[in-house]
Amino acid sequence: MAEPLVIDVKGMHYSPLNKMIRKAVATGVKEIVLNNVLGQRFIGNGVRGDAKIIVNGVPGGDLGMFMSGPECEVFGNAEHAPGNTMDQGSLIIHGSAGDAVAHSMRGGKVFVEGNIGYRGGIHMKEYEGKRPILVVGGTSHAFLGEYMAGGLILVLGIGNEPAVQDRGIGSGIHGGEIIIRGDVDDKLLGVGAKKVEFTDDDLIRLTPVIEDFCGRFDIDPKPFLDTNYSRIIPASARPFAGKYTWE
Amino acid sequence: MCGIIGVIDRTMSRMDGSSIKEALSLMDERGSGEGAGYVAYGIYPDYADCYAIHVFFDNLLEPKTKVDAILEQWGRIVHQEEIPTYEQPRLKKEHISWRYFFKPYADQTVGTTNPDDDNVKHLVMDINANVEGALIFSSGKNLGVFKASGWPEDVANYFRIEDYKGYIWLAHNRYPTNTAGWWGGAHPFNLLDWSVVHNGEITSYGTNRRYVEGHGYECTMLTDTEVVAYLFDLLGREHGLPPEVVVKALAPPFWDEIDEMPEKDEEFMRTLRLTYGPALMNGPFAIVVATKDGIVAFTDRIKLRPLIVGENGPRLYISSEEAAIRTMDPDVEKIYMPRAGEPVIGRVIE
Repeated sequence: MAEPLVIDVKGMHYSPLNKMIRKAVATGVKEIVLNNVLGQRFIGNGVRGDAKIIVNGVPGGDLGMFMSGPECEVFGNAEHAPGNTMDQGSLIIHGSAGDAVAHSMRGGKVFVEGNIGYRGGIHMKEYEGKRPILVVGGTSHAFLGEYMAGGLILVLGIGNEPAVQDRGIGSGIHGGEIIIRGDVDDKLLGVGAKKVEFTDDDLIRLTPVIEDFCGRFDIDPKPFLDTNYSRIIPASARPFAGKYTWE
Repeated sequence: MCGIIGVIDRTMSRMDGSSIKEALSLMDERGSGEGAGYVAYGIYPDYADCYAIHVFFDNLLEPKTKVDAILEQWGRIVHQEEIPTYEQPRLKKEHISWRYFFKPYADQTVGTTNPDDDNVKHLVMDINANVEGALIFSSGKNLGVFKASGWPEDVANYFRIEDYKGYIWLAHNRYPTNTAGWWGGAHPFNLLDWSVVHNGEITSYGTNRRYVEGHGYECTMLTDTEVVAYLFDLLGREHGLPPEVVVKALAPPFWDEIDEMPEKDEEFMRTLRLTYGPALMNGPFAIVVATKDGIVAFTDRIKLRPLIVGENGPRLYISSEEAAIRTMDPDVEKIYMPRAGEPVIGRVIE
């Protein structure tokens, strides 16, 4: 296998950095290692292909925005909106992340080992074969899955009982599903969200996702395959049909 | 969008301004080059008992003559000088920055527990509202605001903030959205001991402004953040509320959360919300407020702006972005995101 491209990005602005990444991927480089990352925004922005990007440090906001295909693995925390409108590929974050994680995501997967901030999975969407997945190992702050239109959010809540304690879960949800380990207090549900029974079929569906996540972070998946979850979905097919117009 | 960063060394060990310049400049993208500024506490130990009055003058003739006269009427100018500045190619000098070290006459005001502060507040309001070509943008003791229209690094270099040493620093990079950028509209906003940096907008500005104007404050800076400094001065200084309670008055819990509180807390919160209804701030915001005793940070109740906290021994950092904190302190130990509306407080240990 070819040598990875290693870039020391200390003090570098994201524009030349992203140009270097795009050029490398276009010329067939399969692995790019970024060292001393600190606050550079938009890393991997719009990159297409099957490269692997390793980020050592704390990248700036909108990591992997519009990215379509690559796998980006971060050894550090991420700031706001990693996976913003991401199309395909994966973000693996060995740390926590800020607000609006997986903002408007349309495909691929975002795995966060630690916690996420407010509005995780805001307006995630799905279309035909494209179904984005956001998995959070720790907990989430309020308005998880706000205005969610499709896809899957899974919160394992490792080290948190209950897994999520913040309000407004699925506020404005009209598609997709939010799965949270353990019980979720009804008062935490947002407008338009309802809690339904988590079935054996749901667990079968989720098993590969749980195993994939646990595998990436070296976590034993067994406790998460033998526990209860809460499943939160839109209250009806069109929960906000009469909100702005009359039919 | 705006960028904020603040630090307090709780043991009052002083830091120069070079690292906060680096940290704020890392967030250049959060601003538009139309406003940046810094405030530091503990920078004037030689004049620690004087009010350090920083003024933007349009010229040193009429406006300054009038300000001199007002100050001399209300007290004694112990020392005055132009604030040293250093030309920057990208920064257009629009005002002359001047500083007075001022001691008000204590026997001029009655019916107040703090005549000095009340005198200075009054003359700041008077000068800013009535003296054309003069704007007091900093009026506390042993502290100073340095701000202008420009990028964070240019404003820092213009004032050479690395030449100042403080135990609290706040910095702000502005992206003006509702009103035009100008020197007086750059953050931090200061009155007496209070300094405020703010990311977001106060959509309740009209209500809040009417409320503070009913208590002798005049809004002259053409932007919403100014009112936050006056709310803190009114509730924190004049009414004597502790900072936790000021934050709960400005960004209270929702009624449904209050309903579920233990009876005593519920009654307290109801009373606070009813008493300070017109002080409640709506809209998206992340705010850091400093006084000589410490800093307090909080966001709006539904967290529409970012805020992250870092700790390393005696130092507490608050910022819009984790990377900015790590720029100031690569060895920062603990990083966390506070809950919406929950005050984060760093107090000096004397």
